[in-house]
Amino acid sequence: MTPDLDRRDRLALAWRDPPGWWGFLTTVDHKRIAARYIVTAVLLLFLAGLLALDMRWQLSWAENTRMGPQLYNESFSLHGSTMLFLVSVPAMEAMALWLVPLMLGQRNMAFPRLGAFSYWLYLGGVLTLWVAHALDVTPDLGWFEYPPLSGPTYAPGHRADIWAQMITFTEVAALCASVNVVATILKMRPPGMTLARMPVFLWAMLVASLMTILSMPAIMLVTSMLIADRLVSTHFFAPAAHGDVLLFQHLFWFFGHPEVYIIFIPATGFVSSIVETFARRRLFGHHVLVLAILAIGCLAFGLWVHHMFAVGLPRLGNDFYTAASMAIAVPAGLQIFCWIATIATGRTWLATPMLWVLGFVATFVLGGLSGVMTASAALDLQLTDSYFVVAHFHYVLVGGAMFPLFGAFCYWYPKATGRLMSERWGRVAFALIVGGFNLGFAPMHLLGLMGMPRRVYTYPAGMGWDALNQVATLGSAIAVAGGLVFVANALLSYSRGAPAGANPWGAPTLEWAGDSPSPPWNLAYTPVVDSLTPLWDSPVLRVMDGVALERREVVVTSVVDAAPLYRQKSASPSIWPFVAALAVTAMFLGSIFTPWAIAAGALPIAAALTGWFWPQRERATTGPLRVRS
Amino acid sequence: MTPGGEPRAVEVVGDLSGLPASASGARHLVWWGNIGFMLIEGTGFALAAAAYLYLMTQQAPQWPPPGTRPPDLSWGVVFTLGLLLSELPNLWVRRRAFAKDPRGVRIGVAAMTVIGLLLLIPRGYELAHLNTRWDSDAYGSVVWMLMLLHTSHVVTDWGDTAVQAAWLFTHEIGDDQFADVEDNANYWTFVVLTWLPIGAIVYGLARLW
Repeated sequence: MTPDLDRRDRLALAWRDPPGWWGFLTTVDHKRIAARYIVTAVLLLFLAGLLALDMRWQLSWAENTRMGPQLYNESFSLHGSTMLFLVSVPAMEAMALWLVPLMLGQRNMAFPRLGAFSYWLYLGGVLTLWVAHALDVTPDLGWFEYPPLSGPTYAPGHRADIWAQMITFTEVAALCASVNVVATILKMRPPGMTLARMPVFLWAMLVASLMTILSMPAIMLVTSMLIADRLVSTHFFAPAAHGDVLLFQHLFWFFGHPEVYIIFIPATGFVSSIVETFARRRLFGHHVLVLAILAIGCLAFGLWVHHMFAVGLPRLGNDFYTAASMAIAVPAGLQIFCWIATIATGRTWLATPMLWVLGFVATFVLGGLSGVMTASAALDLQLTDSYFVVAHFHYVLVGGAMFPLFGAFCYWYPKATGRLMSERWGRVAFALIVGGFNLGFAPMHLLGLMGMPRRVYTYPAGMGWDALNQVATLGSAIAVAGGLVFVANALLSYSRGAPAGANPWGAPTLEWAGDSPSPPWNLAYTPVVDSLTPLWDSPVLRVMDGVALERREVVVTSVVDAAPLYRQKSASPSIWPFVAALAVTAMFLGSIFTPWAIAAGALPIAAALTGWFWPQRERATTGPLRVRS
Repeated sequence: MTPGGEPRAVEVVGDLSGLPASASGARHLVWWGNIGFMLIEGTGFALAAAAYLYLMTQQAPQWPPPGTRPPDLSWGVVFTLGLLLSELPNLWVRRRAFAKDPRGVRIGVAAMTVIGLLLLIPRGYELAHLNTRWDSDAYGSVVWMLMLLHTSHVVTDWGDTAVQAAWLFTHEIGDDQFADVEDNANYWTFVVLTWLPIGAIVYGLARLW
């Protein structure tokens, strides 16, 4: 049977948003929130790409004068900060916010209002950095702003503060999103979806969110310490007063290295979903893939010092981190072999999402290999701060995370919009981006080995670097053109694409069971799961009834066995997350200028949170403050 | 006919309407959210403590630096004892929440509001007797960081408790609100437990190192 109209009407009434702007500001629909996250991140990706092209243009000729040193410093700082903090991590969170409830057959996230709050704060971080840039207060000390350069002595003005506070915004947003994802995955799996029957995608999102929870406090702490040094004259990083600049680096990279895997692990979830669907067989080595994700999640916390080989740490320390950095290649390699085995033994269909996976495997393996090279402390001393490192981390981050993200975008686009993207233009975009990327970044390995340092705005004639730089610029331009084709394809397909239907790829997981696009309530019934690939193993979807239709309600299950425990009220639309985010924004921005903003800003935040959490129930009829009629 | 076809036909094999509409303890969804935020803040505490240990072992020729006395013990002891004793009424409130006793949670949460406010008095004296300023040197900075980090949790939880008390006295208490009282009590236990290592570092290491 199919869900009847009356049922859908009742659900639509319970789960609808208010119309117009009020609905826009108050929605707690995880799909709307995730879509905002993605649109914002894509816009920033475009801006960061333009910055990259501008820098490539500057470096195409020796002693080029398009940029001076200050503009170049601002450009790479803005590019790096935007890509790491405002594009990569938020895009991965957005995919989790969007897909986790759908893949669990649930109607919303565990904490719907926290999801809305997370987006508004993220937007606050975006505006902080980019509005400040428009006002010519652009951070100019790279994406990690080490002291003493960023301390009060060498960085007067507010450029460094803008950077540090942008981090606070985005990290609070990421932490809220992560708690939400963890609680949803652990407590809201559909009946029967035991941990052993959980798709790799959900494992990836669970582990990445836990890693966020355990690593992002480090960067919030360290940027707060930096702001304190700058604003209230603390001495955390001032050697003359027994402070230590390396403390900053340790705390920064205690976050910074897990961050790379917080970006990469969700990508392994995308790849696993795409490979399974397009190879048309269950993933080879499901358990190996899950264990590899867990292993990467643990090892990622033991690598941070490999970013600090050049600072002069004890030999034993360097040796340990060299070994740990090489060890993480083992689980990463196991994953690659599992995917290759799945592709090789399946009936693989090379649609666009699958092409992105192939592009990912080829590019990421190259980046992984240059990673094993730089993991060696001895070799790293030669390569650090050269273009070799620029090549390496772009291969890892673009190849390892962005290509799977583009694949995921193509793969789930029909579910989000109800339309198929053009395959032809998808292939063109794929060829331009992957080809342009490799043309652009492969020469940088050679430039690095030839001695070209990173973060220089120009170089003297006669170094022999011109030709390779020109090839790199050409490649980057081709990749950006491919990006434009990709976005144009997505925009045009939104209105012109062929209708997708519920499950255009014949995929096995629950997000494909219902309508495309998904209605606000997602699935009309609660699915029951008895395998890793429920849509392949049964022609009908086995479901349970009984979750309310007249009000917002979700079912909560046990952590390991996903046995139904109780029915939980799910939060309705509310303006308070937006108001709370405004209050937090006012405090964060104020605290760039005066520490009293923290005290003054606490009251509006407390008021907003009180409004948010104030339960709506009838007045007391007992006790000293009861209603007296 | 679209390529992806119609939504999957369903076969109803069970009914969830008999499930309860609320839960308490680790069965409750919000309990896990609370744990998530404790994990975030606990990580923050641990890293701040690590920063203290790092500066103590890496930089200072002497700890505290020459001419700086360690924080006075007396107010620290008063605060610590008060905090530990506050666990007795706190755990009682938690039990009252499990028992779904409206009168008990109203009285208990109100009492915890008063206790939290009283504890801010010795905490204020503690801050006045740290014998260093945040801008004196890195030692002062990191001591103040640990103290303010913990104090902000005491203040935040006090605010939360006060709002909760106001709500409880003016509304009919449902199952979800009993769960909220339990979560708030758990959070206070977190504030108490995190103080033990932080207090040991601030008062102990400045004397023992």
